[in-house]
Amino acid sequence: MEKFIYADNAATTAVSNKVLEQMMPYFSEQYGNASSLYSFGQKAKAGVNKAREQIASAIGAENSNEIYFTGGGSESDNWAIKGVAHSMAKKGKNHIISTAFEHHAVLHCLDKLKKEGFEITLLDVHSDGLVRVDELEAAIREDTALVTVMYANNEIGTVQPIKEIGEVCKKHRVIFHTDAVQAVGNIPIDVKDAAIDLLSMSSHKFHGPKGVGALYIRKGIVIPNLIDGGAQERGRRAGTENTAGIVGMGAAIEIAVATMEERAKRLSEIRDYIIDNALKIERSRVNGDRKHRLPGNVSLCFEGIEGESLLLMLDAKGVCASSGSACTSGSLDPSHVLLSIGLPHEVAHGSLRLSFSDENTMEDAEYILSVLPPIVERLRLMSPLWDRIKMEEKENN
Amino acid sequence: MYTEQVMEHFTNPRNMGEIADADGVGEVGNAKCGDIMKIFLKIKDGIIEDVKFKTYGCASAIATSSIATEMIKGHSIEEAVALSNKAVVEALGGLPAHKIHCSVLAEQAVKAALWNYYDKQGIDPAPILGENALCDCHDCDHCGE
Ligand SMILES: Cc1ncc(COP(=O)(O)O)c(C=O)c1O
Repeated sequence: MEKFIYADNAATTAVSNKVLEQMMPYFSEQYGNASSLYSFGQKAKAGVNKAREQIASAIGAENSNEIYFTGGGSESDNWAIKGVAHSMAKKGKNHIISTAFEHHAVLHCLDKLKKEGFEITLLDVHSDGLVRVDELEAAIREDTALVTVMYANNEIGTVQPIKEIGEVCKKHRVIFHTDAVQAVGNIPIDVKDAAIDLLSMSSHKFHGPKGVGALYIRKGIVIPNLIDGGAQERGRRAGTENTAGIVGMGAAIEIAVATMEERAKRLSEIRDYIIDNALKIERSRVNGDRKHRLPGNVSLCFEGIEGESLLLMLDAKGVCASSGSACTSGSLDPSHVLLSIGLPHEVAHGSLRLSFSDENTMEDAEYILSVLPPIVERLRLMSPLWDRIKMEEKENN
Repeated sequence: MYTEQVMEHFTNPRNMGEIADADGVGEVGNAKCGDIMKIFLKIKDGIIEDVKFKTYGCASAIATSSIATEMIKGHSIEEAVALSNKAVVEALGGLPAHKIHCSVLAEQAVKAALWNYYDKQGIDPAPILGENALCDCHDCDHCGE
């Protein structure tokens, strides 16, 4: 059989069988409208409510009515950030603090708010990909409306000091939102303990279906409704519920949290094994702090080669991975995340992200490590940049 | 995203390598943009006897340089001078819009090698290749750094 290793779980994951099983009835058997009063509709409603409970419990929310279903992570981010910004602007607060390496779902919201007159401070994430809490605290002003810092970075996997950030925000009475799309289901989250006011999540990152997500909005946080219409989501995000999707998200998060500890242990072994061995390749580096890191994230750079070529050669060997090179991002610049940790363009072009989930094994790691070094070598053999690097090395010796 | 021809040339690049005693060597692109192409020419009696390339870049950068070498090998200098990026794109069965610049680089890499060849021969390359033959900018602001 042809080899197929899916190592791009930070992009999306497979819907697991257990999740699919729970979703299936809601397509053609329990297809009632959750807003209908008859018992058939109420069965659909029960499915939605159960999922709301499952999600609330997974992130330690006080009450399940603090969970609002959305169409995914991007929508949750948009709602949270624009919503808080617009409602705080009425109180004369026009300043937002975030980081340079947020997902575009956050950064592009901030761009838009900037055009509307908001002032944005993007914190440095340093070479290790970690926000410094003292720098964040120093950036807080009288007119700061919102702090939005991602829980874990999608490219380099670094996990931010969220609890410390939450405490600082609480101390200064600033609303704190976190894009936890990559963190949910992978590392423990407790919104109360970490003093998080709003938290974005997306089902397809933890073996749930695509196109469904949720926003946690702590009781007492006032933001405008996202979609006006019917009474769904307590009138704040109108539209007939994506029942099957929501049920799937609930099932997926419950399973993810129940199996988290064992999985985190297993995946971090795979992760560390790959990183340790890949670093034996000369002129390679790992991106982001190695300790404060998602269990399933490997992010590497290989000097002298370009990421898209690397991905396509891995693809030819049956390995699905991703890169932050310009060619893969479809722009002229490599990923803003890699640049934010201070990598020069030419190094960032040679990046490789492998991200693992439940479905990966140590055998996958062995296989990847058997095909990766020869591919890097082959591309370097073709590369005049590599020749130049080696020449400079010689001159410096 | 890529045609079969692009993938074929990317997977099995033709004429990859260097020519130690090349009659003309040209390099275009830069590391910051993510692509560098280097072409080596061996020229005898007005014919491109041998050509090799080295490329740092994405699949289309590798494929365009590979096919460009194939398109000029064994042909006259005049034909090499006339090699256009359009012909390279056509030979590959097309390129995605944001990869067209790779074909421009391939054309310029050949021209840069020819420039070097004429230069070495004591012939002014500008009238033959055009004054701007070596401008390898493609809408980015990285060049000149
Ligand atoms: C950190 C982060 N935020 C937001 C998103 C967007 O989520 P969705 O695809 O569900 O809109 C992603 C997914 O790519 C992500 O990794």
